[in-house]
Amino acid sequence: MNLLDLAITSILSNNIALTFILGMCPLIAISTNVKNATGMGLAVVFVVTLTGIINYPIYVLLKATGTTNLALLVFIITIAATVQVLEIFVDKYLPKLYNSFGIFLPLITVNCVVLAVSLFFVNRSYTFSETAVYSFASSVGWMLAIILVAGVREKMAVNADIPRGLGGKGIVFLVLGILSLAFLGFTGLSF
Amino acid sequence: MKLIRLRYTKWFNIMRDGISQNNPVAVAVLGICSSLAVTNKVENAIAMGLGVTFVVMVSSATVSLFRKFIPSKVRMITYMVIISTYTIAVQLFLAAYFPEISKALGAYVGLIITNCIVMGRAEAFGIKNPVRYSLIDGFASGMGYMVVLMLVSTVREVLAFGTWLNIQVMPASFPTWTVMALAPGGFFVIGLFIWGIREFIGYYEV
Repeated sequence: MNLLDLAITSILSNNIALTFILGMCPLIAISTNVKNATGMGLAVVFVVTLTGIINYPIYVLLKATGTTNLALLVFIITIAATVQVLEIFVDKYLPKLYNSFGIFLPLITVNCVVLAVSLFFVNRSYTFSETAVYSFASSVGWMLAIILVAGVREKMAVNADIPRGLGGKGIVFLVLGILSLAFLGFTGLSF
Repeated sequence: MKLIRLRYTKWFNIMRDGISQNNPVAVAVLGICSSLAVTNKVENAIAMGLGVTFVVMVSSATVSLFRKFIPSKVRMITYMVIISTYTIAVQLFLAAYFPEISKALGAYVGLIITNCIVMGRAEAFGIKNPVRYSLIDGFASGMGYMVVLMLVSTVREVLAFGTWLNIQVMPASFPTWTVMALAPGGFFVIGLFIWGIREFIGYYEV
């Protein structure tokens, strides 16, 4: 599989949010307006790409020493540490960027997309370059999904007559369902 | 008589809260990723539900056992280490005794770590309460989660494959709804499900 193909499929037909249903908690909580959704999306792209690249050599090391059972524990610690370091770094050197997505950084540790990407490259035995492309593309796919949902919700907040029991978070699932049907249409897309 | 007296004990209240009033999936909308991704078959839902119940119970109890020693600044990472240790235990257990289910669930077993229910119970309950109540609370939340998983997966498996727990329940001529086994089916079923539960217990967000 070539890298461009991998990138396109992980953004569209195998979208990590709409096909694999990952990262739902933040997607539902933060998609109330497009501005916040973009901030969260950018933070996720940043962290997922970085942790994917860091976790790959760590996994190779684990494999060499025969301790792959510990992969989960090691991955989650790497992720927590990366997020912490990134937050300190961004806060100190890039205050403007920090204002736009810094508040979302601590939330990312519990975003399943980050851990899932690390677990998927193990399951699918990707090479290093495939892992890097895959981490970047699938997080971009997640960002696309959260921005689309936020756009729909912004419109819906103004003029929509929603049943009382569905109000708030309930209706988001139906929006996600329809979006996910639309993304099924990309199945089979390749170059 | 015994049942009436039981209604007012702390044990009973914690149980009731977890399963209905504060149902983690329907009311708090937590742990959605796994409740959608693994619910196309009932057997997967049972395995996931039991796995999560076990991890919530023991990790909440462990946090509560060490609650006087965990410094509040590093508590998050402490929870992470505790939770991932138990998740690895569940993963190895499934791989050893139920290799087929372990294969079907794939990476989703590892994702129990990032299931917000586990972290949420440790932070909201375990860190403040004695061990025995943390165990009950974890059990209640886990069961509340499992009940939803079972119901959603029942609807999906019957419609998508015409079977329940791999037993044929629909007539052979039943046209199967393939979309129910895919992501959109999950979204629709859980959306309608949340609607139903919220109307039933009278919880409205807006």
